[in-house]
Amino acid sequence: MKRYTWRLGLIEISLIALAVVFAFPFYILFTLSLRGAEATASPLSLPESLNFVNYSDAWNKAGLGSAMLNSFLITAISVVLILVFSLLAAYPLARLASRLSKGMYWLFLFGLLLPFQVALIPLYQAIRDIGLLGSIWSVILVYVGLQMPFSIFLFAGFIRSVPKDYEEAAWVDGASTWMALRKVVIPLLRPITSTVAILNTIFIWNDFLTPLLYLTGTERITIPVALFAFVGQYVSSWPLVFAGLVSAILPVLILFFIMQKSVMKGFAGGLKG
Amino acid sequence: MPKRIVLLALPALAAYLFVLIIPTIRGSRYSLTDWNGLNPEYEFVGLQNFRDAFTSDASSRAIYVTAVIAISTTILQNIIGLLLAVGVNTRIKSRNLLRVFFFTPVVMTPVVIAYLWQYLLAPNGPVNSMIAIVSPRDTYPSWLGNENLALLSIIMVMVWQFSGFAMVIYLAGLQNIPEEILEAASIDGASSRRKFWSITLPMLAPAVTINIMLSIISGLKAFDQVWVLTGGGPAGRSNTLSTTIYRNAFQYGEFGSSIALALILTFAIAIISIFQYRPLLRREAAL
Repeated sequence: MKRYTWRLGLIEISLIALAVVFAFPFYILFTLSLRGAEATASPLSLPESLNFVNYSDAWNKAGLGSAMLNSFLITAISVVLILVFSLLAAYPLARLASRLSKGMYWLFLFGLLLPFQVALIPLYQAIRDIGLLGSIWSVILVYVGLQMPFSIFLFAGFIRSVPKDYEEAAWVDGASTWMALRKVVIPLLRPITSTVAILNTIFIWNDFLTPLLYLTGTERITIPVALFAFVGQYVSSWPLVFAGLVSAILPVLILFFIMQKSVMKGFAGGLKG
Repeated sequence: MPKRIVLLALPALAAYLFVLIIPTIRGSRYSLTDWNGLNPEYEFVGLQNFRDAFTSDASSRAIYVTAVIAISTTILQNIIGLLLAVGVNTRIKSRNLLRVFFFTPVVMTPVVIAYLWQYLLAPNGPVNSMIAIVSPRDTYPSWLGNENLALLSIIMVMVWQFSGFAMVIYLAGLQNIPEEILEAASIDGASSRRKFWSITLPMLAPAVTINIMLSIISGLKAFDQVWVLTGGGPAGRSNTLSTTIYRNAFQYGEFGSSIALALILTFAIAIISIFQYRPLLRREAAL
C-alpha cells in the first residue's frame, strides 16, 4: 500500500507533463521580458542575452514605483481596517444571543448575496459628493465596506468554535470584557486572522475595477491601473510591456511562495464555511 | 457579557451600509428611469429598461455571452480542478511542488494574466507559432478577432487561471475523508474506480457545492479578463454583463439601463446563491 507503484509513476509523469503545458505562458512571460526590443527571433526560443534594461525602462515609463507605493499603502491600510472592524463586529455578533445581534448578523450575511454592480454607480456618486474622488481613502472606504460581510462571516464562524470557557475564566479573574477580548480571545483567533488577511490582501492588490473608477487620471493609481495605462501607450513594444507585467506581479508572487502553505489553506479553509 | 458590546459592530455596520446597502437601494430606483447620470432631471419609464435588456441586440448578446462563460468555466474548472486534486493527493514525489505550481495563477493579477494571453494569442504570437511547428498551414486562427474564438479564448484563460483554486478546495475535501473508510472498502474488495464513485465523490459533495457556486458567480461577474483581453470585441460580440454595465454607465451615460442590467445580474446571482447557501444557512440557523 505504501510503495511507489508504477501507477503512481504514471500519475506523476502525466501531471508533470500537464504542468509543462500549464507553464508555457510563464515561460513566455519571463523570457520575453528579458529580450531585446529589436529581437526578431521566434518567440519560443530563449533570449540570446538578458536585457534588464527593459525593467528599468518599464519601471520609469509606467511609473511603477509610485503605483507600487500606492498599491502597498491602499492594501495595507484597507487590510488593517478590515481586520479591526470585522473582528470587533464578529465578536459580539457571534457571542450575544439577543435579537439585535442576530438581526445584524443576518444583515451582514445578506451582503454575501449582493453583487456589487447595482451599488456601483450610486456609490460612485456618494463618494464624489463627500469629495473623496481621486484620494486613496475612496478605495479604502470601498474595500472596507465591501469586504465586511465575508470577513465577519469568517471571524464569526471561527469564534463560535472557540469555547466560551477561556473568556469566562478571565472574567472570573476580574478581567473586563474588553481586556478578555484583547488578551484572551484575539490571540486564539490567530489562524482565522491570517486567513482573512491573506484573502483580502490578494483581492485588494489585484483589483482593477475599483481603482479604475475612483483613481483614474490621478497620481494615486494602483498597479493594475498603471499597467492598463502603460500598455495602452506602448502596446507595440511587448518586451517592455512584459517587464512591466513581471515587476507588477513579483511582490505578490514572492509573498505567495514564502507563505504558500497558509495561502492555500486560507483559500481552501476560508471558503469552506 | 454586557449587551452593549454589540456597539463594537457599529464601525463595520456604518461602512457596510454606506458602501453596499444604501447604494443598492438607491441604485434599484434608477432602473425605472431614463436617467443619464449627469442631467439632474429624469423621467420615470417603468419597466422599459428591463424590456430593452432582453430585446436590444447588445444586451441580449451580453446575457448570452455571460451565461456561456459562467457555464463553461464552471464545468471545465471543476473537472480539471478535481482531477488535479486527486492527482496531487496521491503519494507522488512532486505533489507539494505541483500543488504550489497549479495554484500560482490564482494569486496573480487578472489584468497581468489577460495581457500575457493577449500576446500569446496574437496573430503572430507564441500559440500560433506552436501550431506552426506542429502542423503548418496557410492561415492561422485569429483567436481574439473572431467572435466564437474570442469567447473560447476568454473561457480558456479563466480556466487556466482558476482551476488551481478549484483544486485546493477539492484537495481540502479529499483530505477530510477518513483513511479508514477507504481502507475498509479495499479490504472488502472494492476497486479504485468503485471507491472513487461510491466513497470519494459523495464525500466531496460540500466541496463540489462551494466550488460550483464560486465559479458560477465569478463567471457571471467576469470583467477584468474580458475588458483587457478583447475589450468586448470583435464588434462588441464578447461583451459580458459586467463590461456592458461599465460601458453603458461610464462611456455612454445610460445609467438607468445599466442599472437594470445590473439588477438582472444580481437576480441571477442571488437565485444561485440562495439555492447554494441553503444548507449553509440551515446549519447557521441551527446554532
